[in-house]
Amino acid sequence: MTKLALALLKRLGGMVVVLALVATVVFVIVRVTPGDPAAVMLGSDATPQDIAQLRTKMGLDAPLLVQYFQFLLGILKGDLGQSIFLGQSVTQALAARAEPTFFLTLFSILIAVTIALPVGIFSAVRRGTLFDQIVVTLTMVAASVPSFWLGLLLIQTLAVGQGWFPASGYGGPDTSFLERLHHLVLPAVALGVVNSALIIRFTRAAMLDVLGEDYVRTARAKGATERRVILKHALKNAMVPIITVIGLSIAMLIAGAVVTETVFGLPGIGNLVVSAVLRRDYPVIQGALLVVAAIYVLINFIVDILYMLADPRVRL
Amino acid sequence: MAPVLAIENLTTSFKTAEGWRAVIRDISLSVNAGETVAIVGESGSGKSVTALSALRLLPSGKARCEGRILLEGKDLLKASEAEMRSVRGGSIGMIFQEPMTSLNPVFTIGNQIAEALVIHQHLSWSAAEAEAVRLMERVRIPAAKARLNEYPHKFSGGMRQRVMIAMALACRPKLLIADEPTTALDVTIQAEILYLIRELQREENMGVLFITHDMGVVAEVADRTVVMFRGDMIESGPTGQIFAAPKEVYTKSLLASIPRLGTMGEAKAPRRFPEVDAKTGEAVDGREMEDVAQTSAPILKVANLAVRFDAPNGRVHAVEDVSFDLKPGETLSLVGESGCGKSTTGRAVLRLVNASAGSVVIDGQDVASAGTKELRAIRRHAQMIFQDPFASLNPRITIGSAIAEPMLSHGLAGKREARERVAALLEQVGLSGAVADRYPHEFSGGQRQRISIARALALEPKLIVADEAVSALDVSVKAQVSNLLLDLQEKHGLSYLFISHDMAVVERMSHRVAVMYLGEIVEIGPRAAIFDNPQHPYTRRLISAVPIPDPSRRAMARPLLSEEIKSPLRPFDYVPPKRTYQEVSPGHFVQDTASAWDERLTA
Amino acid sequence: MTLSSLTLPYAASLRRLFGNRAILAGAIILAAVVLAALLAPWIAPYAPNKLSIVNKLKGPSLSHIFGTDEFGRDIFSRAIFAGRASLLVSLGVVCISTVLGIVLGVAAGYFRRLDAPISRLLDAMMSFPDILLAIALVAALGPSLATVILALGITYAPRLARIVRGSTLVLRELPYIEAAVAMGLPTWQILTRHVLLNLASPILVQATFVFASAMLAEASLSFLGVGVSADMPTWGTMLASGREYMNNAPWLMVFPGLAIVFSVLSLQLLGDGLRDLVDPRLAKES
Repeated sequence: MTKLALALLKRLGGMVVVLALVATVVFVIVRVTPGDPAAVMLGSDATPQDIAQLRTKMGLDAPLLVQYFQFLLGILKGDLGQSIFLGQSVTQALAARAEPTFFLTLFSILIAVTIALPVGIFSAVRRGTLFDQIVVTLTMVAASVPSFWLGLLLIQTLAVGQGWFPASGYGGPDTSFLERLHHLVLPAVALGVVNSALIIRFTRAAMLDVLGEDYVRTARAKGATERRVILKHALKNAMVPIITVIGLSIAMLIAGAVVTETVFGLPGIGNLVVSAVLRRDYPVIQGALLVVAAIYVLINFIVDILYMLADPRVRL
Repeated sequence: MAPVLAIENLTTSFKTAEGWRAVIRDISLSVNAGETVAIVGESGSGKSVTALSALRLLPSGKARCEGRILLEGKDLLKASEAEMRSVRGGSIGMIFQEPMTSLNPVFTIGNQIAEALVIHQHLSWSAAEAEAVRLMERVRIPAAKARLNEYPHKFSGGMRQRVMIAMALACRPKLLIADEPTTALDVTIQAEILYLIRELQREENMGVLFITHDMGVVAEVADRTVVMFRGDMIESGPTGQIFAAPKEVYTKSLLASIPRLGTMGEAKAPRRFPEVDAKTGEAVDGREMEDVAQTSAPILKVANLAVRFDAPNGRVHAVEDVSFDLKPGETLSLVGESGCGKSTTGRAVLRLVNASAGSVVIDGQDVASAGTKELRAIRRHAQMIFQDPFASLNPRITIGSAIAEPMLSHGLAGKREARERVAALLEQVGLSGAVADRYPHEFSGGQRQRISIARALALEPKLIVADEAVSALDVSVKAQVSNLLLDLQEKHGLSYLFISHDMAVVERMSHRVAVMYLGEIVEIGPRAAIFDNPQHPYTRRLISAVPIPDPSRRAMARPLLSEEIKSPLRPFDYVPPKRTYQEVSPGHFVQDTASAWDERLTA
Repeated sequence: MTLSSLTLPYAASLRRLFGNRAILAGAIILAAVVLAALLAPWIAPYAPNKLSIVNKLKGPSLSHIFGTDEFGRDIFSRAIFAGRASLLVSLGVVCISTVLGIVLGVAAGYFRRLDAPISRLLDAMMSFPDILLAIALVAALGPSLATVILALGITYAPRLARIVRGSTLVLRELPYIEAAVAMGLPTWQILTRHVLLNLASPILVQATFVFASAMLAEASLSFLGVGVSADMPTWGTMLASGREYMNNAPWLMVFPGLAIVFSVLSLQLLGDGLRDLVDPRLAKES
């Protein structure tokens, strides 16, 4: 157990380093803006006074290094600055938009995994059959479809055409939770289906790799049934790479959510970022990038832990 | 009495793009209870396919078996899949070549052994695990109970193979199929595993079908032998008869090519390997080489060399306090088993790894302190040949270009001159100069090794480090490439640091031999002294473990030492003890650890 | 990454290349897309920005096979011209990310001391979802063709760098690299002749997939309005503006969307086929 604790501590350290780098990258991205960010934000008809005021407000007057440390200090205190246009702090703005994004990502990944695991495993076991060929073809097509386009098609057919689902939005503040979930069905399906393609292909490949291993032959030589060979011996080994790709696809889902939220008019973090970009609300962009990346790093950390639990060799 | 297994006219075909292609043809053999039958052949002979066919473990749809495979009279090729499952691991147990990959890494040893019992004898898991402990004790795994819940990665290769045997024997099968079970193991571990299989076979009165490429192993274990070549059964009969009076040319040449210990006669210098006439299978023993070793200043001087790596949970003392020198024209062999530090020593000599302590001096120049430019100059004079002929050459570059590269880079030749030199070098290593424009994949393993040698010779080095240079080659090719190395030494006065685990090859190739164990030299001296008068217990153990390819000299009992080579991984604060050496005869030094070893061996 | 995928000789003949059905199909579709984009001025029946209010929002017909948009512009002609922007951006992205990826990946894989800092930086870069990082970069640099290329190029560089690093780590341990070191070859020569030459196939495969991802990402950026400027038609902007009218004129959605799907699909097919080809472990079994 102490070894496990040590390994965990080491990964935790690694995570802190990556987080610090993430913060630095975010800081750099906003500072590479050609010209004065304050001037860019306010547009061409701003007076020099306005610009100077904004510069002070954003702390752009201070030397770069000071700005950097203030930025880091702010993060540690949970202060991500003030939005220029929303009249609220970035933290508040993000918190207010977190719910739809969270549920959208959660449902999408559930949909993706539920489809992908059985299909991927079955496809590998029945490699070369008609079923497998259809799966391989379909996943390749699905991986080529932009999720926003699939979203638009779903809106057109199931929302506008059939009227089964709301075409956009997330309801008002007093909409019931169930009603809000109803709003999430189409976006979650659009995102989940597209992302399941990646997980299917990966699951299939991982299973094929494992099924060719010597220890699978050993299990067969032991007289184990095919069912036992696949579900016990092969799958537990294949889970290691599969866990990794699921972690990875959560990140892709968050990226996809940015676009999908715009398509479905969901008031989530993705929507917030897009409007911030169009309005050049740098503090919001900066804060959102930071939070999303931090969440991804956290997910990766959890994946690492699962990895250690699934593979005794990593556990040491 | 009916045989346990009878294979009759078995032909197995694989599906290829051009249709079904037979990989083994018309094989017939039988194994009686308590009997060991060996199938022997070189790579590609179809010996493993025969074994996998018997258990029907080849992928259905891609492989097809015709003929009959009778297990106690019942035809397995006609059995249902459910019946086959009760045969696999039930009536027939099987062990495989690769102990490192044949166990499932995510389940405990106990679980994997118990599984066979749960499947076939329908025991409860707890009862099965209790039985698993008993089985682990039977295959002499120390502290069986404590190790039951450990995962395979904590076991060494030899221990894993014991686990495989325990698993295969869990349901007391009537037949054990062993597919190259000791090929991946060190020679001392091999001796123990062979002994173990023989003991268990005697106790259970099992039939054993033993598949191997090693005639020495065949001579040790087999009652009867089947020789295979490219999918055909060439010859079969009692092992003694096959060895004493082989009928077929192929069998004769196979037997003649095996490197054997103790065939040096009165030779002082290295001696060429026998040359086998492929048409008759007759062999003419090789001549003794002209001794080109000089007594002048050494070309290579290694003093107190140490190479240590830090691992997460300790420090690996890969090489510790190693000293030796090598004279011009001389061959010094470093022998030992995996993990003994012989390869690391070779790589440290050329500074492919950095030494942690000690010095390496090549031709008067210190390697460790050399700057980039000096190192480049040193590397002109010292070259390396590697083990794996398939990875030694850049697949994207023609072999001519690969051989010319060092000459051009060191400015030793212009483009045109280099082309001529390449052709000359290729001819020197027995290839045609016309093949320079081809890519490596167009050559066989032995040819590639010749190309690597030509590349190493391009800079006209004085010293060549040959790291297991002939180990990966089939026996007949092994002898030819070894002879080439000997001829080149005679012609150019080359010095070889010859790194190998193969005692029989080392005996022929060397002037002097150093035996390594856990990073240290335990014994070093003239070849004859080491082989004829080994002093250190480890050297003796190493030599006695080599299988003798003569069934009439079969060693009946072996010292069974259920101890693996320990790992050179030590705690960070470990200080290696200072070793002392005794000179037992001129130039023959033995480490003063013999008494500690004797205690361990008798304990 | 397996060793075998690194050691395929160039001798992979054309017959083998096109014997692979995925590669053949991918190559044909991609060639059609590329040719259409190259020859757009000659193929397109109308100028892409030619307005014709009388013909606005017409369904597919003989004169406008994909129909017209809200300004009466010919969808087919616009889709062909839009292919130019998509291909240009994706190609630029592939170039930038490949160069960056090779430099970072080889440096991290070959020089032990650089491995940890570069790998952590790559980890940090890969913590940002691709679209999000790209739009933040576009926001910072100001939207333009060059910015989009640069932003996506930076975004996808870590993917290539990781593959290159992994392959270099395997290569570095191979005897022929060690032999080159032992022969005293200068490091630059080892890196170019021995390392890079053998990285060609994994890089080619991964670059093909980055090409596909870049195409999808460019479409997303344009759709969100943070991509290439508005006067240059792209499939993404066509979908974004067509959205308003999709209830009455669904063809506005269908054709540009299909253009994206087919282009990306052709690259996925190519990448998959190439990977099977350079990884004989998979190829020989199927």
